[in-house]
Amino acid sequence: MPLVFAGICSHGPGITGRADRADPALRDPFYAALDTLRADIEASSADALIVIAAEHFANFFMDNMPAYAMGMGEEYEGPIEDPDWLGIPRTTIPGAPDLSKRLIAEVMQTVDVAYAEEWKMDHGIMVPLHFLTPKMDLPVIPANINCQGPPLTPLKRAYAFGQALRRACESVPEKIAVMGTGGISHWPATPNSGKINEAWDREFLRRWAANDKDALLSYTDEDTLAEAGQGGFEIRTLIAIAGLCEGRTGTIRYAEPIPIFSTMCVAATMDVV
Amino acid sequence: MSLYQVQKFLYQLNRDESVQTVFRDDPDAAIADYKLTDDERRWLRDGEVGELYIHGVNGQILMHYAAFLGLDWDSYINAMKDGLTKHGQVRDGIYRAVDGGDGGAV
Repeated sequence: MPLVFAGICSHGPGITGRADRADPALRDPFYAALDTLRADIEASSADALIVIAAEHFANFFMDNMPAYAMGMGEEYEGPIEDPDWLGIPRTTIPGAPDLSKRLIAEVMQTVDVAYAEEWKMDHGIMVPLHFLTPKMDLPVIPANINCQGPPLTPLKRAYAFGQALRRACESVPEKIAVMGTGGISHWPATPNSGKINEAWDREFLRRWAANDKDALLSYTDEDTLAEAGQGGFEIRTLIAIAGLCEGRTGTIRYAEPIPIFSTMCVAATMDVV
Repeated sequence: MSLYQVQKFLYQLNRDESVQTVFRDDPDAAIADYKLTDDERRWLRDGEVGELYIHGVNGQILMHYAAFLGLDWDSYINAMKDGLTKHGQVRDGIYRAVDGGDGGAV
C-alpha cells in the first residue's frame, strides 16, 4: 500500500528535558506543530510508524557499526537515558516484527541494511514518539542511519535508503507512516550547545521542501562540520525522507531556533502521493 | 588515552542498568575488563566530565554519562567549559569546541 504519511521533526533531548527553560512563545507553537503531525498520523490510520533516526550509541558502537539498521523486534524499550533528565518515563513500545521482516527483505534488494530484534531507544526516537504517539500504542519500526561514528554513509546513499524504503512500503498491504528525525545545524553535547546557524538551516529546509535532490546531495561533510557542526551530520535522516518522497515536495509547519533545545526546532511534512 | 576503551565502557554503562548497578557499587570492578590508563580509571570513577570531554569522548556518550551522574544541564555544560579552559582544545573526535567554547545555552 502506498505510504500514508511522511514527515520530519527535531529530537533534541532538551525538547522534553528542559521544556521549562524555553521561551513559551517559541516552545508552545513548536509543540502545537508537532501535535498537528500526531493528528495527521492518527488520521492516516497508519498501522505502523517507521522512525528514521540518528541514534546516539544506544544500540550500535564502533565495534560493529552498521551504516543502516532497522528494528525487527516484538517490542522495544526506552529511553536509555535517565527518565527524569529526559522528561520521558521509561516504557515499552510495541513493534511489528512480521512487517519489519518483509520491509527489510525488500530494502535489502538495494541496500545492505542490518537488522536487530533488540533495540533500545534513546532521545533520538523517544522525543518524537512522546509527541507523535503519546500513548506509545502505535507499532513502531526503528531505523537508524549512523551519523555519529565516522566514516559515515554518503548522502546519496541516505537518499537511496529512502527510495528503497519507499519501494518496500509499497510492497506490503499495511498502511505505513514514516518520520525522519535529526538536527540541522547544531553543536550538541559541546560547550557551544545552543549555537545554531539559522541561515544554513533555512537554506537546507528550502532545498528539502523543494525536494531538490542535487542541491540536497551537494553538501560535503567537511562543509557541514564547518558550517553546521557535527550535529549537522544528521541531515542524512532528513535526506532519506526526501528520497522516500522523491518527486514530491514538503511543507514546513514550524522552524525556529530554540537555543535551550540546542537546535533549530522543526516540524514538517512531505507529500506522499 | 585509550579513547576506544573509555567510550566502549561508557556505551555499555549508558545503556545497561546492570552495568550501572555494578558501577555504583564498585566502579573498579565495573571497569576492570577495559584496557584503561590510571588517569582514565580515575576520570571515570570521579565523574570527570571535563577531562573526558577534552580527551575526545564522543559528546553524545558523554552527555548520557553526565545524565547518569545526575549532573544538571548547566553543571554539565560548565564542566566541559572548565575542561577546555584548563586543558585546551579537544584532542580527538568530532566534538571539538568552536568559538573558543563560548556560548552555550546555560
